[in-house]
Amino acid sequence: MEKFNTLYSKGIPLPVEDIDTDQIIPARFLKAVSREGFGDNLFRDWRYVEGDQPNPDFVLNQPDIEDQILVAGRNFGCGSSREHAAWALYDYGIKVVVSSFFADIFKNNALNNGLLPVQVSEENLKKIFAAIKEDSNVEIEVNLQEQYIKIESIGLKETFEINSYKKYCLLNGFDDIDFLLNKKEEIEQFEKRKNNTKTVSA
Amino acid sequence: MGKTLFDKIWDSHVVHAVKDGPQVVYIDRHFIHEVTSPQAFAGLKNRGIGLFRPEQTIATADHNVPTENQHLPIKDALSKHQVDTLIKNCKEFGVELYGLGHPYQGIVHVIGPELGITQPGMTIVCGDSHTSTHGAFGNIAFGIGTSEVEQVMATQCVLQRKPKTMKIQVDGKLNKGVVSKDIVLYIISKLSASGGTGHFIEFCGSAIEELSMEARMTICNMSIEMGARGGLIAPDQTTFDYIKGRTFAPIGDDWAAKLKEWQELKTDEDAVFDTEYYFKAEEISPMITYGTNPGMGIGIAELIPETNDASSGLAKSLQYMDLQGGSQLIGHQVDYVFIGSCTNSRIEDLRMVAEMVKGKKKADHVQAMIVPGSKQVEEQAKAEGLDVILKEAGFELRQPGCSACLGMNEDKVPKGKYCVSTSNRNFEGRQGPGARTMLASPLTAAAAALTGKITDVREFLKN
Ligand code: SF4
Repeated sequence: MEKFNTLYSKGIPLPVEDIDTDQIIPARFLKAVSREGFGDNLFRDWRYVEGDQPNPDFVLNQPDIEDQILVAGRNFGCGSSREHAAWALYDYGIKVVVSSFFADIFKNNALNNGLLPVQVSEENLKKIFAAIKEDSNVEIEVNLQEQYIKIESIGLKETFEINSYKKYCLLNGFDDIDFLLNKKEEIEQFEKRKNNTKTVSA
Repeated sequence: MGKTLFDKIWDSHVVHAVKDGPQVVYIDRHFIHEVTSPQAFAGLKNRGIGLFRPEQTIATADHNVPTENQHLPIKDALSKHQVDTLIKNCKEFGVELYGLGHPYQGIVHVIGPELGITQPGMTIVCGDSHTSTHGAFGNIAFGIGTSEVEQVMATQCVLQRKPKTMKIQVDGKLNKGVVSKDIVLYIISKLSASGGTGHFIEFCGSAIEELSMEARMTICNMSIEMGARGGLIAPDQTTFDYIKGRTFAPIGDDWAAKLKEWQELKTDEDAVFDTEYYFKAEEISPMITYGTNPGMGIGIAELIPETNDASSGLAKSLQYMDLQGGSQLIGHQVDYVFIGSCTNSRIEDLRMVAEMVKGKKKADHVQAMIVPGSKQVEEQAKAEGLDVILKEAGFELRQPGCSACLGMNEDKVPKGKYCVSTSNRNFEGRQGPGARTMLASPLTAAAAALTGKITDVREFLKN
């Protein structure tokens, strides 16, 4: 996983509430055997019309969209628990999703895959949408160490919550597996101890 | 204060507790299958590492496989690719695979117990929610996501937050025609499909103690359908008798040592659960679901609940099922009967059905499919002559797999058709787009196949 500390980027506005994981990545793409390539089908049914015609009105199809912060309406990531939704966003290049509320499982899946969910107040979410509408080049700063999101030009700054373990992982570019791999010695000791003391497992 | 059985097993498997975070939990047995493992294997490849303890992982192919002509290549290209990928990965990473054609192949939650891999006191995981089934042996077993599958492969551990504990006690004697599936459907109908959220359940009480291991598995299997992380039952003589002599069960001195440990596995008298529920076995009748989640169940002779709120979940469900609130289900036409899935596809289930349909014929308009949970169940059924009895009654005995439980292969229920199913989920489209699923016990399913209608099995048993 890549390290995350501070990100400066423009924002991709998607002012829709209750975006569910079926919209983020439709179920028909789940028979795949790899984790890569889901970005091509991110928001597939909004992004393309009649199969594979890019929908010019959809934000990801607008020119010079190469940004890493997605700003979305309330209750982002609801619905099915599929981890593929986080894979698709990350594979596409999104590093941060800003919303006023995230579905629980999505939030976990996102953090597990290097994607930072930043929850802001409803009021500030509106201000961010307005700021992007005013100037699509407006710069958004997300600082993980200090746990804030800031738009200098409109004087907006809000702190956000993140579990300290997850913060540590993201700052160090560790995913859960890296974290566990670092614990290998402890795990081996545990195995030895368990064999000696004949505890409950085989 | 005493500890619950869950706490004892859990605590003895914690390798490391992260401050203000999750715990590193050691996993004794890891089951994998073709659908949720490929990305995890790919993850290992990306990191350039292998499995930390490959001998503690067991693989099978079950979700996608056809239930006819298993000796031929799989027709569906995507399914074939997933199964082939599993074969390749297992070879490359040194994982034991009981794939198609292997005498141990079958639904992952059926083969673990029947091979004696599933044992008391263990921690067991699989990238499949019904891993809770194994809890019937007095262990902690739960489903995990693909990232977690990769965690276990890489380190034999998984990061988890400890769930709360719940006790569900069922005392008394079951009525005639009522089996373990009815107990669990009854409990879910009382607690709702989310009543167990955030909890790990221990089932206990005299009615549970009297159940066979297979019947106990049915209950733990569906514990997650009330939102729980899993369910377990303290091991007892029934458990030990079941395990003894199985393929991977301990033998000799090892057996004696294990047995001694296992006999200690119980909840202390003074242990406190976060939540407790009590039920009486006598109050349970044969159950059936009318809606689109497993909590929407009623006693078979009861009326379907009514609602005036057209926007409610109940109204939406009834519309999907094309059923009327306030009416009875008995007598409602049935088009399909599916006996199978990790909930009810074991030899006792097949015996139960065979005994009921022996010398009778299914209704002409009903398609009755029986899919054994494993190759061993299939062989056993044949050895006992159940296949002949079933065939004479017009039932099709197929080859093992998940089959119409989730309709990932070609075993699907067509749009708008009613299926009485012994599986565990009646979600919209679960058995095929537009399929209408009614969950019930193998007895109730067999009765529906014979009469072609929803039937109160108690009436049936009178004749
Ligand atoms: S039988 Fe159904 S519930 Fe059981 S493992 Fe297979 S798909 Fe899952």
